[in-house]
Amino acid sequence: MADRTAPPSTGNDQGHDHAATDAPLSAENARVIALSRKDFVSDQEVRWCPGCGDYSILAQTQKTMPDFGVPRENIVFISGIGCSGRLPYYMNTYGFHTIHGRAPTLATGLKVARPELMVWVITGDGDALSIGGNHVLHSMRRNVDIKLVMFNNRIYGLTKGQASPTSELGKRTKSSPAGTVDFPVQPLSFALAAEASFVARSVDTHTEHLQETLNRAGFHRGSAFVEVLQNCNIFNDGAFRDFTERDVREDRMLILEHGKPMIFGKDRDKGIRLNGLHPEVVQLGNGVAESELLVHDESAEDPYLAYMLSRMWWPQFPVPVGVLRRIQRPTHDQLMQAQVDDAVTRHGPGDLAQLLVSGETWVVD
Amino acid sequence: MTTETAPGKDIDVHELERVTIRFAGDSGDGMQLTGTQFTRTAAVFGNDISTLPDFPAEIRAPAGSLPGVSGFQISFSSTDIHTPGDEPDVLVAMNPAALRTNIGDLPAGGALIVNQDAFTANNLKKAGYESNPLADGSLKPFNVFEIPISALNSRALEGLGMTAKQVDLTKNFFALGLMFWLYERSMEPTLRWVDEKFSAKPAIAEGNKRALRAGYAFGETTEMFHTTYRVAPARLAPGTYRNITGNEATALGFVAAARLAGRDLVYGSYPITPATDILHQLSTYKNFGVKTFQAEDEIAAIGSAIGASYGGHLGLTASSGPGIALKSEALNLAVMVELPLVVVDVQRAGPSTGMPTKNEQADLLMAMFGRNSDSPVPIVAPATPAECFDYAIEAWRLALKYMTPVVYLSDAFLATGSEPWSLPSVADLPQIGVENHTDRGTFQPYARHPQTLARPWAVPGTPGLEHRVGGLEKADITGNVSYDPDNHHRMQTLRAEKVAGIANDIPELEVFGPPRGELLVLGWGSTYGAIRSAVERLQSEGSSVAHAHLRHLNPFPRNTESVLRSYRRVLVPEVNMGQLSMLLRARYLIDVAGFNRVRGKPFRISEIRQAAEVFLGGNGHNPNG
Repeated sequence: MADRTAPPSTGNDQGHDHAATDAPLSAENARVIALSRKDFVSDQEVRWCPGCGDYSILAQTQKTMPDFGVPRENIVFISGIGCSGRLPYYMNTYGFHTIHGRAPTLATGLKVARPELMVWVITGDGDALSIGGNHVLHSMRRNVDIKLVMFNNRIYGLTKGQASPTSELGKRTKSSPAGTVDFPVQPLSFALAAEASFVARSVDTHTEHLQETLNRAGFHRGSAFVEVLQNCNIFNDGAFRDFTERDVREDRMLILEHGKPMIFGKDRDKGIRLNGLHPEVVQLGNGVAESELLVHDESAEDPYLAYMLSRMWWPQFPVPVGVLRRIQRPTHDQLMQAQVDDAVTRHGPGDLAQLLVSGETWVVD
Repeated sequence: MTTETAPGKDIDVHELERVTIRFAGDSGDGMQLTGTQFTRTAAVFGNDISTLPDFPAEIRAPAGSLPGVSGFQISFSSTDIHTPGDEPDVLVAMNPAALRTNIGDLPAGGALIVNQDAFTANNLKKAGYESNPLADGSLKPFNVFEIPISALNSRALEGLGMTAKQVDLTKNFFALGLMFWLYERSMEPTLRWVDEKFSAKPAIAEGNKRALRAGYAFGETTEMFHTTYRVAPARLAPGTYRNITGNEATALGFVAAARLAGRDLVYGSYPITPATDILHQLSTYKNFGVKTFQAEDEIAAIGSAIGASYGGHLGLTASSGPGIALKSEALNLAVMVELPLVVVDVQRAGPSTGMPTKNEQADLLMAMFGRNSDSPVPIVAPATPAECFDYAIEAWRLALKYMTPVVYLSDAFLATGSEPWSLPSVADLPQIGVENHTDRGTFQPYARHPQTLARPWAVPGTPGLEHRVGGLEKADITGNVSYDPDNHHRMQTLRAEKVAGIANDIPELEVFGPPRGELLVLGWGSTYGAIRSAVERLQSEGSSVAHAHLRHLNPFPRNTESVLRSYRRVLVPEVNMGQLSMLLRARYLIDVAGFNRVRGKPFRISEIRQAAEVFLGGNGHNPNG
């Protein structure tokens, strides 16, 4: 949790997340504004099923909001359709519950108009990867400065249990009684291919890690894609249980830390080594030294390491969580605003009367 | 008609009131450019003008083929005109395919200028001619001028070192030069244009200028022509004018609306014919604070516009029919969240992909009803290219004042057609706009203005007004999610009343002609010119006929019913199968008669006139028959 609440201008030893001068995000602001979790709790009654993983995601989101030093009125939560889509109602910020799959498009338009706002997109595996797949692709590659949090429960919950684009092949659901015939998409591989400048994963029940991951997404400037493995205890209970349960998770998950070797296990005795082009799990000791292990580099310019990590899944591999990729690119809103500023510099602010008479005119007396 | 003798050879000069020329050739022959240059020249000279480009959807259909024919018709006049002319007086056909697809519109006695060199066996075959029309006598009804344009042009450009292909590409300017001579037009505006356009390619510039001058000189020296024609400047109302297409006027209107409202414009758009030029144009107005966003699809285009409006800017999107269909769910979201938004539909012939470059006005019912549930939106529709400017501002006036999405219906004919535009003074433009709500003491997201029923516009960044909106039904006043049965009924009623109330805030329907009588011809959109011209002619012959034109299609002006009931019959010409007719019948229980033609082309004056005569003659058979 190295840079969790660090002001980006001073505490970011891992690189280059922010231009310190124009970032509204800072721990200093956070101290001045002095908001707490309860300031982000709206007056609406939370209506998810008891035991739903969404409660934890909401709580961690509310908890990390004060860290950014952004006044509540400058924060907007935009969601699509699905169980996740209700989250904005519970945040005491500006919120927009839009239509299925299209939240990134509204978020893009809002950032084009109002670059200074902090915009979060809340979505699910169906909303983001099925009906809204195209918009996720394009908002990520444009580097729109939005923090997209995708609740992945590998099922359609709000419509009561149909297969989603992340459901495993052959999964039996109400819409696929004989098992699905659709090969699933790996969300983080998709996000990387879509050129997201920040790609991370966490788990609903790993509250501290989730809060840290959301925090780091919030401090990222550019398109952030966060997959949260989220349990739907009604329609797909235990989807991630095999590796997320308290007693097994240390052996079955890999917590990524920038600049650190990829070590995991209760006894921290296992690691990931590269064998040719393929990762392999190795037992430390018995001639395998820590220095042989892959060292995580979330800021690598090329995406190969991050992509490799995005393909690792239990039981062949421990499931990686944390920040897979975090690079710096000019954001969509910055580039667009720069063109406007440049045009004003070169041509002066537009004069409507002059514009109307541009082109060839003639006078009738 | 005055006649005088021009210097050089024995030439009569005839004075005409109005001339209609159609340039037709291969889509690679530069016919649109030729037409545009003639239009500029006529406009700057002071004629009233009206133009009709007619081009294929294929960028380069096979050379010489029938589908590849591109045409541009311009009517220019010394009097006030409303249409590009029913039929050309002169047809310039650059190849057999152009002749074949256009000769049917040329009246007997009309002038036909053909590029003789293009009438090769191969081209004749591609156009489906079994015999050469230049030789088989089939063109006898016309006044034919066979000119070896390609050969004459090549000779004129000898020594410039241009390739044969480059030379061939300039032959349209030879034809243009000839037309300039024939109609006593100055070459200067086009010569200046060539110098600007090809400033980096002096050889090409020289080639085009030589081609233009060669065509002009050919007219002067050949024995073929014995007459030139003069069309005096029109007596337009005093003012400063420019020639403008509907798409240009639409884009300018939106920039003006943003200025008037004191907010920036965000234009989300996906390329689609015939709306794309609006994107091209708005993308050059960045110094006006205009941000254009070329979205990944039509849905993202409208989504971004709604996002921008949510942020307090003017969120605008445009498309044509197929794209509007894709936007309907998001448009309904804007209805539910009651945010200002303008959606432009530059209509084209459908259904489905239809005929993308051809005209139709058949999206009216989609604009009215093409969304789930009862979902009222105001609809405006300009009637002429220049009027597109005014209605772009009007669309925003309504969107902002009533916090509602507004549909703006243009069409391919308006979008690409042009006319002189009397430039407004900025000071005379309407004041539009609305303040953001900032007072936390009085804020309720769905409280309503007592007159307009508009809800407050509280934009992110306003302290203390944090609230949530969305597509779920809202509780009256608080805007909280509500499934209460009575609340839903109330909200549906409020949404309907808000839009219906706009009728009190728009001009009454005006009538051109007698306030009551035998026949009212009622139109909307780009049919204005043909209807007005037909009605003028009938009136001059003593018929009891009037014209009214709707610019607001939802709601209708409040006097619409009384106007309709002031005439024995109402004729509604539309380039669709009867959409306004259906709305009028449903709303007023008046038995209006439709006149419906969907040929991908604007109406001719003559067909409206014939349809009207059916009712004026009293032998009322169905005009569609």
